[in-house]
Amino acid sequence: MIARFIEGVPRRALILSAILLALLLVAPLFAGDYVLTVLILALYFSYTGLAWNIMMGFAGQLSLGHALYVGLGAYTAAALYVHFGVGPWIGLMAAAPIAGLAGAFIGFLAFRFRVAGVYFAILTIAVAEFARVGFEHLSWTGASAGLFLPVAQYAHNDLWHLRGHPAMFYYILLAAIVLAVVFSRALLQSRIGYFWLAIREDEQAARASGIDTFRYKMLAVMISAAMTSFAGVIYAFYYNNLFPDQVFGIEQSILIILAPFVGGVGTLFGPILGSFVLETMAEGLRTLLAAVGVDLPGTNQLFFGVLLLFIIIALPEGVWPWFSRRFGLQERRK
Amino acid sequence: MSALLSVDGVSKRFRGLVAVDRVSFEVPEGAIFAVIGPNGAGKTTLFNMIAGELSPDGGAIAFASERIDGLAPDQVCRRGIGRTFQLVRPFPALSVEDNVIVGALLRRNNVDAARAHAHDVLRRLDLFDKRGQRASGLTLPDRKRLEVARALATDPKLLLLDEVMAGLRPTETDRIVAVLRELNRETGLTILLIEHVMRAVMALASRILVLHHGAAIAEGSPESVVRDPAVIESYLGVEAV
Repeated sequence: MIARFIEGVPRRALILSAILLALLLVAPLFAGDYVLTVLILALYFSYTGLAWNIMMGFAGQLSLGHALYVGLGAYTAAALYVHFGVGPWIGLMAAAPIAGLAGAFIGFLAFRFRVAGVYFAILTIAVAEFARVGFEHLSWTGASAGLFLPVAQYAHNDLWHLRGHPAMFYYILLAAIVLAVVFSRALLQSRIGYFWLAIREDEQAARASGIDTFRYKMLAVMISAAMTSFAGVIYAFYYNNLFPDQVFGIEQSILIILAPFVGGVGTLFGPILGSFVLETMAEGLRTLLAAVGVDLPGTNQLFFGVLLLFIIIALPEGVWPWFSRRFGLQERRK
Repeated sequence: MSALLSVDGVSKRFRGLVAVDRVSFEVPEGAIFAVIGPNGAGKTTLFNMIAGELSPDGGAIAFASERIDGLAPDQVCRRGIGRTFQLVRPFPALSVEDNVIVGALLRRNNVDAARAHAHDVLRRLDLFDKRGQRASGLTLPDRKRLEVARALATDPKLLLLDEVMAGLRPTETDRIVAVLRELNRETGLTILLIEHVMRAVMALASRILVLHHGAAIAEGSPESVVRDPAVIESYLGVEAV
């Protein structure tokens, strides 16, 4: 099982991954509150990028509305907690199927009625916007005034109720990323992964090879949506407040796709690398600007824009494919 | 011999244009059957109706005694019909091997078993040494053979070939012809090909159907078809005889 998992991966890539993972494991011990916040953000978008990547990077279906699944996950878990005292992990058991169903709804509409490409992407935005407007009027979840989780000082970390120090969220996200990478690779090495790549590369040829493209595209959307909902649960319990325009907003959707685009769509490590590049560079820039006394709102957005332009021009496949070639980390085939 | 594929009075209209007009023919099991005709004769439309890309406006298509007209392309493939595309469509970013594994996974759940089968198919088509290359980097003859390999990996009973020789040099044509004959002889694979390259058609086909303006104008053995005055008139030209 493990042998199969690392088959073809060069030894230096394995060693490098192990060192990186070790560094990430000890990082909170040395990081201050500020740095920890930045790292949590980087991990958060690594995870959402990995989830989004299954749909776009593997199966070739562009979603520009992944905030929908973050929002559904966040609101489901938070509402269950606020109203019924249901813990987040039980909440996730409800949130993931709800997000999966929402994905199935979009997928069914699109794939049945041959809505593809750009039109599919627009449909994903539209449904996310519907949800945003809907939640702005849903009084049960606080409507546009927001939904707030009770906050108190906790003597110790409560992993079951996700109450505690930010470092706890850091480790949960790190574990989720490791699981997401393992899961993604297992998918890619199985029948479903081959079929997804075939659909991504040429849907008509995939159909002619006997692949039930409707079924496999539906699976991609549902798996990606359910995975993304977990990020929503973490979002809700980390920030303790939810506003529809933040969790369901188009900005959240764009931030989700930024990391895999910078790192490399369809690659396993691209979303992680991209997220860390984006977050650390954006924060570095802000610190630098603050040091020279400049404090402009919107520097992040501007910086993301410039970086994205640079990536599209210089490294259209993303940073990871270039990085792995440069340092000999590419997988070898038998 | 029983008919593996039977096309019965099939028609297809595109608005006012009748692309295929009540065409009927039967492909016996184990045969190599060629459909020839000038450009615009309706060959590819006919082909696409068999493969499930188009559904006929009239008539019936049966494969192994079951109706298949109107089925989706993936369903047709699962019944046992493999196809190639006239303009080759390999999965460009995937390796040669992975392209063929996709086909092999149709009837195998296990990736290792699919890989083993893919290797057999690649060896047969002289692509084994190139299995690690990206499909997008292959030359046209190699891509054509990859297209055949992917279709073969789905274990078809009937292989549909849409102008796989077009654009190939004579030596490359002869190579594919040899591979196809070998497949037909050794595995009993039935082949239906659309082809312009008469050199290949004459070397391969046991039976030929000639289409002109959507209608079948001749059908028979290669020798009789090339002597048919209607065929010479509409397609082959006088010099070809």
